[in-house]
Amino acid sequence: MSEVPAIRVRGLEVAFGSRKVMAGLDLDLYRGEVLGFVGASGAGKSVLTRSILGLQPRQAGVIEADGRDIDSLAPSERRRVERGWGVLFQQGALFSSLTVRQNVEAPMREHLDISPALRTELAMLKLRLVGLPADAAGKLPSELSGGMIKRAALARALALDPGVVFLDEPTSGLDPISAGGFDELIATLQATLGLTVFMVTHDLDSLYAICDRVAVLGQGKVIAIGTIPELLKSEEPWIREYFHGPRGEGRKAPAARRAV
Amino acid sequence: MSRAPTAARVVEAGAIRLAFAGAWTLEAGAGLEAAARGVEAAQEDVFDLSALDALDTAGAWIISRAQARAGRAVSVVGARPEHATLLREAVYSATPAAAAPPRNAVSLLADMGESVYSAGLDALGGLDFLGRVVAVGLQAARRPRRWRLISTAFHLESMGLRGAPLILMINFFVGAIVAQQGIVQLARFGASSLTVDLVAILTLRELGVMLTSIMVAGRSGSAITAELGAMNMREELDALRVMALDPMEALVLPRLTALVIALPLLTFLGDLAALTGGMLVAWGWGGVSPHAFWAELQYPIAAQRFISGLLKAPFMALAIGVISSMEGFAVQGSAESLGRRVTAAVVKSIFTVILLDGVFAMFYAAVRF
Repeated sequence: MSEVPAIRVRGLEVAFGSRKVMAGLDLDLYRGEVLGFVGASGAGKSVLTRSILGLQPRQAGVIEADGRDIDSLAPSERRRVERGWGVLFQQGALFSSLTVRQNVEAPMREHLDISPALRTELAMLKLRLVGLPADAAGKLPSELSGGMIKRAALARALALDPGVVFLDEPTSGLDPISAGGFDELIATLQATLGLTVFMVTHDLDSLYAICDRVAVLGQGKVIAIGTIPELLKSEEPWIREYFHGPRGEGRKAPAARRAV
Repeated sequence: MSRAPTAARVVEAGAIRLAFAGAWTLEAGAGLEAAARGVEAAQEDVFDLSALDALDTAGAWIISRAQARAGRAVSVVGARPEHATLLREAVYSATPAAAAPPRNAVSLLADMGESVYSAGLDALGGLDFLGRVVAVGLQAARRPRRWRLISTAFHLESMGLRGAPLILMINFFVGAIVAQQGIVQLARFGASSLTVDLVAILTLRELGVMLTSIMVAGRSGSAITAELGAMNMREELDALRVMALDPMEALVLPRLTALVIALPLLTFLGDLAALTGGMLVAWGWGGVSPHAFWAELQYPIAAQRFISGLLKAPFMALAIGVISSMEGFAVQGSAESLGRRVTAAVVKSIFTVILLDGVFAMFYAAVRF
């Protein structure tokens, strides 16, 4: 493709001591796509996300946002790029001393020149968009259930209407109905806001339902990337096991139905 | 660069409409709000979105809000499909205003009353906690295998050994300062020779144990509260409970035991450091030779002074440990609550240490010790 990817990773190497977690990983994330990211537990999915976000020091490799190397950007430019990213951490990472509404308002308060009244209205709108009841707004994160924490964290990730969202296991720990609702929500937001979504997930339903492409991480590299039908044809043992194993097999029928 | 959000009145073929243009996104910040005020003041019945460059949830919310607040039927035309979806998703609904709690003189009084009441509850809670610790300790005493020796030794090291340099230094300086002031102030009465007694009585009986306790409260008390509090936040205490382990026995008892052993030892070291500091100043500044200082310290009641200070140390340790553990267990889910509890633990520990010292002064006076 000639299009400049929203995120381009080239030759990423990350090591903890002598253990190499990323061994020259390449990845392209195109604007407007939903990229699912799978891999065995401990394969380094979170390390990759953290490396792209600049939270994890790397030994080698280039990370480009919209075709520009983020290391070569001036600090103010870099902040602009990062403002366009929303992150949903696996555990939510909500600020524990702030209420849910204050959590969603926090990025707006720091980055936007808008009145407190509008800020509150937009925060409440975001909470409604992610399906949280209005009375959750005044609660502290410690008073929320796991699913509500995910939703509140997503609302905060979407606070600035980012172009790229990183979701780390967004549906883990949710009941299937909530997880399905979450998938729909991400699909809707993706369609309306033109979001680019980078989603680490193990939820096969999510992969089938909303991902345009799926990347598989193994041995510190992307061992396969493509649409689900392409991956289903793969001969790689781990990928076969993943999609054709007992937990993967049951998905085919609903996927076929969906395709109709 | 995206164009600023605008909305202009357009009259075309007899129809009047408000034509939106530019990027109605959060990027515009204050510009977006200014444009929003313009739209709310407008009188047109048709919003034309066909010339919009970009729209995000904030822009959609503002358009939808203007439509809802207009007080007349306003139709939206020319919206691109994705903008129409966004308008549906971000449709306006009134945000309930958060009711601010009234702040007045009455609520100030109520606050004061509440804090006095909770201080009373705290004192009762402390007694209750102490009782539970004693009960758990007695149970564990009958089964020596339940004493967590390794854990106790670990805490003994971090509270005692690692705290020793700080305690030595602080006490050394305070001993030196007391000696210096003693020489200066007592010289006016021609009683400089009593400086040694001043240093000995003040540090051995009061200052040594009090300073050491205060330092330990700040150093180890805060650590106990932070450790137990963080464990409480992450449900580690609950994990212990469902394993049929009592956090009191597994976590509090080793820390308390270590404190009760460490504090007298540290006080002893502190006493020595204070006397050394006093001796050096008396020698260098007051001309009292170490030999004379030493001879003066042999004064018959010196041993009693020494013991009277050391005797208080285990009680101080118990107070610090109980207060810090209690505060640790009271930590709730937020980082702010952890900070508040650690502060409270240190403040209450130091207050209690000083209070206890006063109680001991009265007790010693009553029994003529």
